[in-house]
Amino acid sequence: MSGPAAPPSVVPAPAMPTNALVEYLLRLGDDRLVLGHRVSEWCGHGPILEEDIALSNVSLDLLGQATMLLHLAGEAEGRGRDEDALAYFREVVEFRNCQLVELPKGDFAFTIARQFLFDVYAVVMLDALTGSIHGELAAIAAKSLKEAKYHVRHSGEWMLRLGDGTDESHRRVQKAIDELWRFTGELFAPDDVDRAMQAAGIGPDIAALRPTWESLVRDVVSRATLTIPNDLPRVASTRGGRTGSHTEYLGHLLAEMQIIARSHPGAAW
Amino acid sequence: MVAQAVRATREALLSVLDRVMDPEVPVLSVRELGIVRDVEVDPAGSVIVTVTPTYSGCPAIRVIEQDIVAALDQAGYPGARVRTTYAPAWTTDWIAPEAKAKLKAYGIAPPGLAERGELVQLFRRRATAQCPYCDSYETELRSEFGSTACKSVCWCRACRQPFEEFKAI
Repeated sequence: MSGPAAPPSVVPAPAMPTNALVEYLLRLGDDRLVLGHRVSEWCGHGPILEEDIALSNVSLDLLGQATMLLHLAGEAEGRGRDEDALAYFREVVEFRNCQLVELPKGDFAFTIARQFLFDVYAVVMLDALTGSIHGELAAIAAKSLKEAKYHVRHSGEWMLRLGDGTDESHRRVQKAIDELWRFTGELFAPDDVDRAMQAAGIGPDIAALRPTWESLVRDVVSRATLTIPNDLPRVASTRGGRTGSHTEYLGHLLAEMQIIARSHPGAAW
Repeated sequence: MVAQAVRATREALLSVLDRVMDPEVPVLSVRELGIVRDVEVDPAGSVIVTVTPTYSGCPAIRVIEQDIVAALDQAGYPGARVRTTYAPAWTTDWIAPEAKAKLKAYGIAPPGLAERGELVQLFRRRATAQCPYCDSYETELRSEFGSTACKSVCWCRACRQPFEEFKAI
């Protein structure tokens, strides 16, 4: 071949949908699908019966919210994929959840700390989304907000018990916060999708939500005699879970979650 | 005349739905729980029932939809469809006092008024539930989460029995 290199004649098809609304709904839905699955891992393994039931209930709510949001995402996409197709037949790089929710469940303190950080994010975000001009999204947000308020009371009260409890519980939950804090940056780092949604009146300015989130988190953390690490959250760029870059843990989670649906396509029971 | 006939049909349909009980709280109908939001007949003559789920993940909602379609079919309205709406969000404030009395008689403490509190409201502020067995208010909340999404677990110090409370949401 000679002469200047010609531009590639075939532009590779985007691996995922490019529509900003679809992306946005996938982010909201995938957060809840993945966390719902993680929390469900406690079913039958809770430290006490009440917590086994509580965590399973939280998981169920999250999966229900994910169903509504992914259903809406499928409709917006317009390619005939329903919530099940989106949950069971996408690959790791097509998932849009934040990395915070895919981390392994760890011990009870880790699960509670992660849940608390997410639950506060959920109430702040859902509260903002109730004002969305997208009627169906606003309705789902209003419904989910009621459940999220229950969730944050559960995880928040446990933060107080564990942080202000025994030396052992304090040590464990402090370690969890130290490990988790760097994954919170991604939650409030807007990219083009967020900006497009904000411009359209569909979503809030997520960067502006951070101070509210942080003051709610810090209030409980300090009452629990715990501290927040000084280092600034990393993953502040958009190169996180929101654009399909995930930790190694998500693939293992999906393998477990998707195997039945993929082994028996179309199975009904 | 037409308006009268439409009203009569609507009343008849609603009375059918009055007999569809919630699978997990079988003393209340799906209407009493506020799950049924509307019923109408489309131009082709098919019945369309609009429902709203109690909780996002309530596993009973599919069964409820099947029960509604089956009940209408039996009553002479074949081919009914169920449509889901999320707005306005379901609230226990829609449960009427008579229905709350049925819950209590069944052994479930009825919900109080739904709280419109702060985003993060730790430790529930409202009064403790009344024990459905002995009527005492000497009760305590054991867990906000119970055997189904809509119930929490309480303990009565007076009659020393656990009981369930319908969560106010």
